[in-house]
Amino acid sequence: MLRETASQTAGPYVHIGLALHVAGLPERDEEIWSQMARPEAEGEPIEVVGTVIDGNGDLVRDALLEAWQADAQGQYRPEFDLHKPFNGFGRTATTAEGGSEWSLTTIKPGAVTRGDGKVMAPHINLAVFARGINIHLQTRLYFEDEAETNAACPVLNAIESPARRQTLIAKREEVDGKVRYRFDIRLQGEGETVFFDF
Amino acid sequence: MQHDNKRYVERDRDWHPAAYTPGYKTSVARSPSQALVSLQAPSVSELTGPDFRRLRMGPHDNDLLLNYREDPALAGAAGLPVGERIIMFGRVIDQFGKPVPHTLVEMWQANAGGRYRHKKDAYLAPLDPNFGGVGRCLTDDQGWYRFRTIKPGPYPWGNGINTWRPAHIHVSVMGPAISTRLVTQMYFEGDPLIPICPIVQTLNDQEAVETMIGRLDMARSRPMDCLAYRFDLVVRGELQTYFENQ
Repeated sequence: MLRETASQTAGPYVHIGLALHVAGLPERDEEIWSQMARPEAEGEPIEVVGTVIDGNGDLVRDALLEAWQADAQGQYRPEFDLHKPFNGFGRTATTAEGGSEWSLTTIKPGAVTRGDGKVMAPHINLAVFARGINIHLQTRLYFEDEAETNAACPVLNAIESPARRQTLIAKREEVDGKVRYRFDIRLQGEGETVFFDF
Repeated sequence: MQHDNKRYVERDRDWHPAAYTPGYKTSVARSPSQALVSLQAPSVSELTGPDFRRLRMGPHDNDLLLNYREDPALAGAAGLPVGERIIMFGRVIDQFGKPVPHTLVEMWQANAGGRYRHKKDAYLAPLDPNFGGVGRCLTDDQGWYRFRTIKPGPYPWGNGINTWRPAHIHVSVMGPAISTRLVTQMYFEGDPLIPICPIVQTLNDQEAVETMIGRLDMARSRPMDCLAYRFDLVVRGELQTYFENQ
């Protein structure tokens, strides 16, 4: 069997390649970016925002994040097409400006049933790439207002420490009548986000 | 579920760089201190991923010699970038040698002098008015991808007192699922900066370093026009599982 090509950090200028306008480059006709759902998409429209924080408590201002989620029915829809109202895949970045928040405009995903019949609570799969991260970090965002399904989620329950499970729960906020979830990713140290191997 | 009879070969995390590699200073505060939590039963969440066949590409998205003009009046006309003209090509295959067709390969790089067209890059080497440094394409039916570009230059960075990156092109490949997602860098065969680079040295195994080196391929070069480098990408092998939960 062949060995997998080795990973390397995405480096400080990842935006040139994967987030052109953040680098200051003109965008192409179609870009993969943070609006995963348009208003007419089926499901509850939500915004997901957060920061990325390093082991010193400082903001990581050059991260790129990728999201992968099911639709409102809990089905993954691989076909990426900007003409569709909803795509399960999106990208976002933190930048040097302001509070350095990433954000995604999407819909709340439905619960997904695993092959063994167990139901996983609604979640968004997130991958974090940045300078200083040698191989991307994989995590999941869950929703605070899904307490019951979260408590039964086989993936959350696979995390030995109940306190650490809490690092995967996004907090619900309402801003101007819109639902927003806040999910800060702590790379290291106190409140360190759980990262997965799969 | 339709995807749950699939698995990917476990990622060898001793082959890949560790998270904490103090020679590469930024990793010190950006590496988790807790162990990764292994998902013992990968689900449809990990076994699926986006399919970009319907992402509309521009005609020069994979041609960095033509896809950037500071002066739009020059678009498609004169004004080529300065530097070594090269074709960068290769095949995306999985660990069993199976081609990965129709997958998205993206790349980005500095110009011939080692300067990135990024507002945060303040290196004194100048920008090239005819070079942007970004490309993307889908692999074909057989897993092949192809870019045309300028060989990037090395550049200094604030790690040690005098640390330089080897010439490299950042490469991103999706593969069939988020489990196969990979971002790496292609280095150039024979570059003496490779063995002294702290980012390359995040790998423990010289054989793993070899997987990141593009090879000069004279057969694919174009006489009197450009040289060619071949860089194959190997993503995790796909396994079928037949006896789950029995």
